[in-house]
Amino acid sequence: MAERCAVIGVGQTHHKSKRNDVSIAGLVREAAKMALADADLTWTDIDAVVIGKAPDMFEGNMMPELYLAPALGAVGKPMFRVHTAGSVGGSTSLVAAHLISSGIHKRVLTVAYEKQSDSDAMWALSVPQPFAAPLLAGAGGYFAPHIRAYMRRSGAPEYIGRMVAVKDRINALRNPYAHLHLPDIDMKMVEDSMMLWDPLRYLEACPSSDGAAAMVLAAEDSISGSYPPAWIHGMAMRSEPTMFAGRDQVNPQAGRDCSADVYAQAGITNPRAEIDVAEVYVPFSWYEPMWLENLGFCDLGDGWKLTEAGATAFEGDIPWNTSGGVLSSNPIGASGMLRFLEVAMQVRGQAGEHQIDGARRALGQAYGGGSQFFSMWVVSSDKP
Amino acid sequence: MSGQTTAEDLGPVTTLATPIRLDFEFTPGVAQSRFLRGLEKGRFVGQRCPTCGKVYVPSRGSCPTDGVPTTEDVDLANVGTVTTYCVVNVPFAGQSIEIPYICAQVLLDGADISFMGLIQQIPTDEIRMGLRVEAVWVEPEELTPSLASVRYFRPSGEPDADYETYKDYL
Ligand SMILES: [Zn+2]
Repeated sequence: MAERCAVIGVGQTHHKSKRNDVSIAGLVREAAKMALADADLTWTDIDAVVIGKAPDMFEGNMMPELYLAPALGAVGKPMFRVHTAGSVGGSTSLVAAHLISSGIHKRVLTVAYEKQSDSDAMWALSVPQPFAAPLLAGAGGYFAPHIRAYMRRSGAPEYIGRMVAVKDRINALRNPYAHLHLPDIDMKMVEDSMMLWDPLRYLEACPSSDGAAAMVLAAEDSISGSYPPAWIHGMAMRSEPTMFAGRDQVNPQAGRDCSADVYAQAGITNPRAEIDVAEVYVPFSWYEPMWLENLGFCDLGDGWKLTEAGATAFEGDIPWNTSGGVLSSNPIGASGMLRFLEVAMQVRGQAGEHQIDGARRALGQAYGGGSQFFSMWVVSSDKP
Repeated sequence: MSGQTTAEDLGPVTTLATPIRLDFEFTPGVAQSRFLRGLEKGRFVGQRCPTCGKVYVPSRGSCPTDGVPTTEDVDLANVGTVTTYCVVNVPFAGQSIEIPYICAQVLLDGADISFMGLIQQIPTDEIRMGLRVEAVWVEPEELTPSLASVRYFRPSGEPDADYETYKDYL
């Protein structure tokens, strides 16, 4: 029987395009100290540290976890680093949670970050490969063809992507930590922005951010902090190969399997009815309708209809990305953890201006690589 | 000591540029060598899975679905279908192709998996899903065991492929 595990502290930096005022160590400490304070704990109360970030080439800083151990109070304690590309913030949270649910530790600090301004992730994602023509132009270049395939398959009108781009930026205005605050955002502004990877425009893509996220996870007998705990009701990870014949790149099997697993653990049979709020990794606008279908919030081909009807808006019946999402802040390694952290904040009632009233059960999701790594958790204000 | 500028007066050093360069060796192995030797002769060589019958190009020596070695070589056509694409209009460090350019997923006739190809000799606003394309190779004396042997794909002049024929490859 697994031990119960809850989030008892959260912290994040103000996400910005450049944080030249702090080193990477300073950046991660900022988030970690905030999470410890939220949990009413100090460094010495922590049993182990689990850190995650995206590929080292994104900053040119090899094996940063080695130099970050003292900065995170990990000297003399177990510490390790997780990597699953863009989903890493989510899988790092889950690896930390496993250390509690397995009964190994009582309190674990988990931290994820990216300091994109230190190097050039676009370049790092576009390095020539021996077995491909040198065509890949960053993540947008990878995902845009799959977005086009979704548009063709679902018959979605082309303005749906712009609706998501606007909605998430409006949500970000409620979140003081969000990188992008665009008070004048509207459909026209998105449409007028530069076409980068046709059919994706500049404002339909995530920004490049410096930032960090941190959480303190605890076992049932070690709960502290002034906000109520966010209890984990289900957690799962799945992966699949980037390339295999018959692979559905629009609606990956690994994502479907991962959500089926996490819903079964949490006793959820109708996600749209039973989940109050969701934070889902949407780095390019069209991934909202695509993941609505992949996560079983609607039938295949209907994701865009939920977006169009406003179901995922702040006032909708299933608010998605109340924080502003990845479209508003993208410190890549931390982006997955920010999804997991936001839903913990929602069920703890500490989300301030972006709080959904009465949120009791919430889904956090992250994906990475070529849609090949998935991680998810369901948290609730109720003890499982 | 008075009058001297101290480190505190100057404030923190915000950033230092540290260039990194790396040339790396890649060992293709037995399976991928078949594909590369094919390119050297100006043709695409794939491999068929003995269990599911799917043809992979380039083959990595095993079927990811069935986990068995792929042993049968299959010569593939020089023509194929654009299953999906994007038009890249963003400059980035290290870019080797002039923008805007068409980056497409090309499904060669006889293959069960698409790969990324550059499409040229068509205006970027005329590219479409289902376009039939053919590979244009470098001059025979310039052929090498690498994808640089394929200059690009261009429209083959055939009618567009029906969506039904490639929708399961998206
Ligand atoms: Zn097979």
